[in-house]
Amino acid sequence: MNYEAVIGLEVHVQVKTRSKMFSRVAAAYGAPANTLTDPVVLALPGALPVMNKAALDQTIRAGLMLGADIAPVCKWDRKNYFYPDSPKNYQISQYDQPICRGGAVEIELPGPARNVMGEHKRIPLTRIHLEEDVGKLDHVGGGTLIDFNRAGTPLMEIVSDPALRSADEAFAYLTALKTVMIYGGISDCDMEKGQLRCDANISIRPAGCVELGTKVELKNLNSISFVRDGIAHEIRRQLAVVAAGGAVVQETRDYDGQTGASQSLRAKEMAHDYRYFPDPDLMPVVVDEAWKASLPIPELPFDKQRRFLAAYRLPYTMTSVLIPDRELADLFEAEAAQAGADHAEAVAHWFVNCFLREMNERKLTAAELGRRVPRGQVAELVRRVRSGALLGTAVAAVSAEMLATGRTVAEIVASQDLGSRAGSAELELWCREAIAGNPKALADFKSGKESAINGFKGPVMRAAKGKADPQRVDETLRRLLSGI
Amino acid sequence: MKRASSEALFNQPAAAAADMLARGRISAVELTSAVIGRARAVEDRVQAFNSFDAEDALAQARASDARRAAGQARGPLEGIPVGFKDVIAVEGQPLTASSRMLANFISPYDATVTRKLKEAGAVCWGRLNLDEFAMGSSTENSGSGRSTSNPWDLARVPGGSSGGSAAAVAAGEAVAALGSDTGGSIRQPAALCGVVGLKPTYGLVSRYGLIAFASSLDQIGPFARTVEDAAIVLGAIAGHDPLDSTSVRADAPDYRTELGRRKGPWKLGIAKEYFGAGIDPEVGAAVQAAADHYRRLGCTIREVSLPHTRYAVGVYYIIATAECSSNLARYDGVRYGHRSAEAKDVLELYFQSRAEGFGPEVKRRIILGTYVLSSGYYDAYYLRAQKVRTLIRRDFLAAHQEVDAILTPTSPTPAFRKGERAADPLAMYLSDICTIGVNLAGLPAISVPCGFTRSGLPIGLQLIGRPFEEAELLAIAQAYERDHEWHALRPDLP
Repeated sequence: MNYEAVIGLEVHVQVKTRSKMFSRVAAAYGAPANTLTDPVVLALPGALPVMNKAALDQTIRAGLMLGADIAPVCKWDRKNYFYPDSPKNYQISQYDQPICRGGAVEIELPGPARNVMGEHKRIPLTRIHLEEDVGKLDHVGGGTLIDFNRAGTPLMEIVSDPALRSADEAFAYLTALKTVMIYGGISDCDMEKGQLRCDANISIRPAGCVELGTKVELKNLNSISFVRDGIAHEIRRQLAVVAAGGAVVQETRDYDGQTGASQSLRAKEMAHDYRYFPDPDLMPVVVDEAWKASLPIPELPFDKQRRFLAAYRLPYTMTSVLIPDRELADLFEAEAAQAGADHAEAVAHWFVNCFLREMNERKLTAAELGRRVPRGQVAELVRRVRSGALLGTAVAAVSAEMLATGRTVAEIVASQDLGSRAGSAELELWCREAIAGNPKALADFKSGKESAINGFKGPVMRAAKGKADPQRVDETLRRLLSGI
Repeated sequence: MKRASSEALFNQPAAAAADMLARGRISAVELTSAVIGRARAVEDRVQAFNSFDAEDALAQARASDARRAAGQARGPLEGIPVGFKDVIAVEGQPLTASSRMLANFISPYDATVTRKLKEAGAVCWGRLNLDEFAMGSSTENSGSGRSTSNPWDLARVPGGSSGGSAAAVAAGEAVAALGSDTGGSIRQPAALCGVVGLKPTYGLVSRYGLIAFASSLDQIGPFARTVEDAAIVLGAIAGHDPLDSTSVRADAPDYRTELGRRKGPWKLGIAKEYFGAGIDPEVGAAVQAAADHYRRLGCTIREVSLPHTRYAVGVYYIIATAECSSNLARYDGVRYGHRSAEAKDVLELYFQSRAEGFGPEVKRRIILGTYVLSSGYYDAYYLRAQKVRTLIRRDFLAAHQEVDAILTPTSPTPAFRKGERAADPLAMYLSDICTIGVNLAGLPAISVPCGFTRSGLPIGLQLIGRPFEEAELLAIAQAYERDHEWHALRPDLP
């Protein structure tokens, strides 16, 4: 019998805000333990939560980008359970009225080759709700230390329908979702910092069957690759269980990305009773049309990619390098607009090669490095190369100088003799030899025949093995000729 | 048993004391010293306080005198010692909720009302006893080891849960005090101790820094010797607070000034549901006499109906316990408060810390609240209770279409003997039968002294006003108070 996998993902995304979800204290990563706390975060007696509107803005924006319906009223519920990382022993969350319902994430599956676009699918979303993150437990020696810095950070829970069919689809889903979040400025989605976390619900069923099989929840998938590997592993495990005549047991399993193995955390879901009820400390918030309209929605990544392919006629591989980084894509587009559609591919090429290498070497974001590029200078660089004013071989050096100093192409070329690879002394020598070796051309030039100067250029270029900048050759010859 | 208004400094109303301070006839240090001296003289019998720090109070008083001398007096309560129910946070002072759970907890921050009282110049004076976590009607549920007595009869309870606040103001141990009222916890002890107690409209006074019992019902309010004093304290603590999402975005008027402007005559209602079985005849007669007095003042008295009143106690004990079961989850021995020395793992830490830290009434309510929120019971209890709560609120709003205020007894009985109801939680719960509906409806209500029983126990008249019309409510109450001496009488404590 053929089996198919059914996968649903629950993704937690930390929302990027200055302060925490329900208090004024800063939300940040990497501060000394328990410094980002206040009476509200620590749940001291008498402290009360106050909603951070910016976090709700971000979540509504995420919902709008994903085509979700936004609830007309934002309502808060308490999810009651005891755990030491949860200071109040309840989490403020959204139970029966999530802020977003529906919507979908557009994903791209791997294509037949690296340079060919893969199939696109839309994975429907069940809901997105907003809640607060918990603290971190650190088990050391015989005890446990708690750091409440993370506690109270705004956290979105994005729940997909059980609509994914393979580990590759799950990988593509997370990649696409992450890109959307980055585009919206909603989160940086750095999994190493816990800004994006994923649990997967996985089951198998006979192909074509409508009923869902018994699901296993896979936890601790702390990188996008581990999500793919963990899901693939779990599908194989379930298929093996069924092939051996067994039945999949409902349980929660922990996947270890290092060893590639999983183990059961708890057989059968503990029947948790969270005793949800509306949080009496927080008033429901009406989200009207004006509110939604006030939130700028950026172009979605795949829409931008389709536009880049059509408007700039970029190769697919180049778009798939530019698109995931919105800042990079924006920088490209600003320069491409100046350079014109005919030069857009060369601009893209520059960003994919020179700019990205520099970003990676200096560990800068595109925006940080982009601030060093004077507006229009990439377009200028490309134009000069195309016109022959600048040798292709000089591009790397000009670029490096530009990215290091922020000077314009013209300034760099002028100051560093980068018009040619040859030193000026060498060039002058070649020019003198060329003039000396062609007295007829010299006489013609002196008698006013302007074009006679070209008679010297061939020998100079030959001497320079083609690496001399024609303009500088011209300039040097004229300077020498004027002195004769 | 009782005697006429004492001339003693510690028995002066806040307005009179403030006047003496303003005229330079007394200093804040003298006033505070008088109050401290009184507390030292009677605390062995009254036991209103869990603790107080006389040196700290005197330092605050000295600072007040210095401000006044420098022409920088802050506000209407400059130099006036105001007591705090031990559920309201004052930075650097104990905050125990009369619970073993918080026996050693010192608040690192000020409640918003505390900040506002400091800005009004008040001396933050002492930590007043209560039923543990404000759960009770007699202050007998206190876990602090202090047994507060009614200053009018030391064998009787002061009422509760803000029993310490009421007793302190009645006994001259604080000029005014703050309490909190979830189902009657200001008004009932005010009635039983013969002082004025006001529960403001839900949302008028910030709850930030008030240890939560039931968040949708809790409200901080003043205990005072006169209606005017209550207006002064309310004026100091009311108003929008960005730290409390349930605080209403509106400016509070100057209640004291408004008192003089509102002259009636008013249309007043008597709710027949509040004069049924269980109302002590002497209490009923005193309230009827108050109604008669209003009639003589030219007010219209008519009967109004609040038909859902009989569900109020049941609804209250579902909603209040549900909220408290969640609100008190934070007391787990992990970050602060009592931690069991015996625990070997995290579950034992929770179970044993809470078993040792909470008293029986608190446990009873947490269990009840956990039950009503449980899966499968939520709709039948919590959701249903919220619907009935809406009906109760509509009863009041309909009645208030016809009348400016509703007259009821504050407590069905005068102060009962210590121990009398302690063994019977249901009998204790009925102590709040006249006050609970007001919290469910979120309305303002005031209790003012309206007589004494033949055995010399105070009786309270409750006036229930329209939402956010505290100014009108205070004026109505003062119209009665002006013509009577009840509020000016002091218990005969040697």
